[in-house]
Amino acid sequence: MTIFINGEARELDGVSTLAGLLDALELPKRRVAIELNKHVIRKQDWESTNVADNDKVEVVHFVGGG
Amino acid sequence: MSDKFVLAGKEFTSRLIIGTGKYRSHEEMKAAHIASGAEMVTVAVNRVPLDRKSESFLDHLNPAMQILPNTAGCYDADHAIRTARLAREALETEWIKLEVIGDPITLLPDNEQTLEAAKVLVAEGFIVLPYFTDDLIMAKKLLDAGCPAVMPLAAPIGSGMGVQNPSNLRIMREQLPDATIIVDAGVGVPSDAAIAMELGADAILMNTAIAEAGDASAMATAMNLAVQAGRLGYLSGRMPRRLYASASSPIAGAIK
Repeated sequence: MTIFINGEARELDGVSTLAGLLDALELPKRRVAIELNKHVIRKQDWESTNVADNDKVEVVHFVGGG
Repeated sequence: MSDKFVLAGKEFTSRLIIGTGKYRSHEEMKAAHIASGAEMVTVAVNRVPLDRKSESFLDHLNPAMQILPNTAGCYDADHAIRTARLAREALETEWIKLEVIGDPITLLPDNEQTLEAAKVLVAEGFIVLPYFTDDLIMAKKLLDAGCPAVMPLAAPIGSGMGVQNPSNLRIMREQLPDATIIVDAGVGVPSDAAIAMELGADAILMNTAIAEAGDASAMATAMNLAVQAGRLGYLSGRMPRRLYASASSPIAGAIK
């Protein structure tokens, strides 16, 4: 299935949950936040939230800023 | 003189809030943060690079400092609201510097969108600190919306132009004597910070003036002192401006 993550289309098979998505992409889980189709998903729900074809996921962290 | 800065119920000793962007190295940033005496720092929310393997930027910040995430890069209320929600989730903080930009050349705020976002975020329990144009009426609307402070610009972000409209800040101070006013953006040199504080600002938020200085730590020290000097100057009550001289030495008794 295709997931749009941070604006990039990625073909991901065998991934079913948000937590699985982070694992598949080897993304950090600490001090990041996730939006699934414009809704924030709380960290405790990453394991139980399913992803589907064409979902739009944003994974953000913090950078220097003013 | 005890002169604590209280913002949304939290007490600060320092009236300088600083950014974390544009530093040449993490080491330089850390040293400047210490030199500034600041107790609150801003950070930006950004997409994780999909090849990221590095540690969290937040690991480079003194854990004792209050982190104030911002909504930089947002051009409408909806994006700013989403960014604020993400920041709250990742940092477990209700504090947000609300910034909705109107155009990429000037980075001037879109006040209308800012107000709209502020109303939504306040209703969701956020402590909303809005960056906006230095306008009294807008300040009133943002305070009425439930923002615990307002953050008028001194000049465009990163311009280092100093306080472009001192009268606007003065009017805002006089008309909103109980409001917390934080001058955000545009300070270039310590005298700019001192002027803003002398005009009655409660605090100053700056980034580029320190980060882009030749010696960031030395500039951070200077800004710390300037904010304190300006504050004391404001509290002390300035002498009246006069068009003509007023002799400091007695005229009578001078030899003839």
